[in-house]
Amino acid sequence: MIVSPAFEKPRLATVSLTGCFGCHMSLLDIDERILELADLVDLDCSPFDDKKIFDRPVDIGFIEGGCANEHNVRVLRDFRQNCRILVSVGACAINGGVPAMRNTISLKECLESVYLNGFTLEDGGVIPNDEDLPLLLDRVYPSHEIVKIDYFLPGCPPSADAIWAALRALLTGTEPVLPYTLFKYE
Amino acid sequence: MNDAQLSQGSRKIVIDPVTRVEGHGKVTIRLNESGQVEQARFHIVEFRGFERFIQGRMFWEVPVIVQRLCGICPVSHHLCAAKAMDIVAGVDRVTPTAEKMRRLMHYGQVLQSNAVNFFHLASPDLLLGFDAPISTRNIIGVIEAFPEVGKWAISIRKFGQLVIAATGGRRIHPRLCIPGGVNQSLTIEHRDALRKDIDQIIGWCQDAVKLHKSFIQSDKDLYQNFASFPSLYMSLVAADGTMDLYDGVLRAIDADGKTIFDGVTPVDYGKYLIEEVRSWSYMKFPHIRALGRENGWYRVGPLAQMNCCSAIGTPLADSARLEFMALGHGGLVHSTLAYHWARLISMIHCAEKIRDLLFDDDLQGTDLVVTGHRRPEGVAIIEAPRGTLIHHYTVDDHGQVTGANLIVSTTNNNEAMNRSVTKVAVDYLTGNEITEALLNHIEVAIRAYDPCLSCATHALGDMPLIVTLEDAEGAVIATRVKQ
Repeated sequence: MIVSPAFEKPRLATVSLTGCFGCHMSLLDIDERILELADLVDLDCSPFDDKKIFDRPVDIGFIEGGCANEHNVRVLRDFRQNCRILVSVGACAINGGVPAMRNTISLKECLESVYLNGFTLEDGGVIPNDEDLPLLLDRVYPSHEIVKIDYFLPGCPPSADAIWAALRALLTGTEPVLPYTLFKYE
Repeated sequence: MNDAQLSQGSRKIVIDPVTRVEGHGKVTIRLNESGQVEQARFHIVEFRGFERFIQGRMFWEVPVIVQRLCGICPVSHHLCAAKAMDIVAGVDRVTPTAEKMRRLMHYGQVLQSNAVNFFHLASPDLLLGFDAPISTRNIIGVIEAFPEVGKWAISIRKFGQLVIAATGGRRIHPRLCIPGGVNQSLTIEHRDALRKDIDQIIGWCQDAVKLHKSFIQSDKDLYQNFASFPSLYMSLVAADGTMDLYDGVLRAIDADGKTIFDGVTPVDYGKYLIEEVRSWSYMKFPHIRALGRENGWYRVGPLAQMNCCSAIGTPLADSARLEFMALGHGGLVHSTLAYHWARLISMIHCAEKIRDLLFDDDLQGTDLVVTGHRRPEGVAIIEAPRGTLIHHYTVDDHGQVTGANLIVSTTNNNEAMNRSVTKVAVDYLTGNEITEALLNHIEVAIRAYDPCLSCATHALGDMPLIVTLEDAEGAVIATRVKQ
């Protein structure tokens, strides 16, 4: 499974798309095991460091969040291109999660509600629209509807123990087998 | 500066996205032909629409749904929504056990969230240098260079998370609050486990302040001036003016410390605050209604909490605050990097409060919920790790939400963050040369505010960074990738 040469550590990249960063926080919840993780793996592109562009193959991509705009889609495809294994981590990556609650409402109505009809808006507000804002998608898409995903780790968020068990298995080249008690569907 | 027109020969620099912050932001800087900064903007580029899709949900579901705004500070949203829904449930005062359980959870949350910002996200800049190599400028690099700091980072955050888990069943997206109260008290087992570690945690928070002071001493001029300017400040305070992060009234002060308003109850927030929308960001721009857009913007968060309160109310934090306020030579502290010092003092305060609560028998009380006659509207304010957070809901006779307005902490800092970005761009971006270190300077300014961009936009993104230089026609002159 692992593609890095034997003399190199496997590489891990992480990204948060349209989520809440809670899955990344749950990764930090491995507490002291962070030291072990640092020994096991080289952190590549991630919100936890300043490496922002892929320049070498990466073994594992940790995907938090679904896709709500074209930028999310671009980044997810970039991860697919550069990571050998992609893991959808948490409810938002797997099924859109809470942000996908907007899928039952038109995007126009959502934007109007927030930017034209808010309780404390000045001068009636305006709907943001600018070349520097990525286009919003009609609805929030789960990651596996955009690219192929290799593993799914459910939970909102998955517990640190679940994330640790899955990551450690993948990083040491074994198939993750998690006890049922580590799964949480919500 | 933010709305400057472009002139012939101007250039545009894009930083997309900003890293080591929570959420997805982007900076654009426009330079004129002689290399002067014409315009600098900090854009929030994602949108989720919580205010709309929460409509139709039952009011008692809201504290559990809206905490999904943010995985770093879910507790702030959980508690603020619960306080608003107490009012909707017709409850003006919850039981002592309920209030203290919520406070314990809140102090655990502020402690861990501030630890994440200071240690995991910002300390690489402060300890390793704004221009340290990218390969080490992260928490792993800090742990390797300063193992002791690594231990504080992991242990303090873990302790805060364990407080949340002890009160709400788990560390992230916990469940404690129901309208009118809470669903559990604190078990003796949890209490005793937390009691064992709390003194050590307080000691480490104080050690972190000492460490931070050595950073300040290393370059006092940088510390005072970087990304800094005088500003107004706003925070929640207790009725007697002391710090209260969980409940109280709104106070706003001007740059000289004079009161703009004080004693404002949550229900009246809309009389004092108003939000402007600008077309280039999904994050709104709140300001004080009476002072207008140009003069009414203010700062919130740990720096504002220190400046606004008359005292903190816990001894170790108060003594730390006195030393901190000396930075202002009798006035307020306006240094943007001082947010970090203030954040550490807030951590001492939270740890002291946690210790007090762990020795309070009310936490083992059995009187958990109060009921009342339903009302159609609820407004609540809490002081979240990043500052003042406002939740406002309307609810119909069936108990379904009909309207929601959220002014989150980071949104309150929107104008200030834009001004800090502009100031750093003006101070450091001279000529055409873009260096990676310069780009990081801009991000250092943003990180001082600990922005929670997923809260602010009710959206969230990812993080690589590309900078391109364009000419006036938009043709790319140069691209530099930060990696």
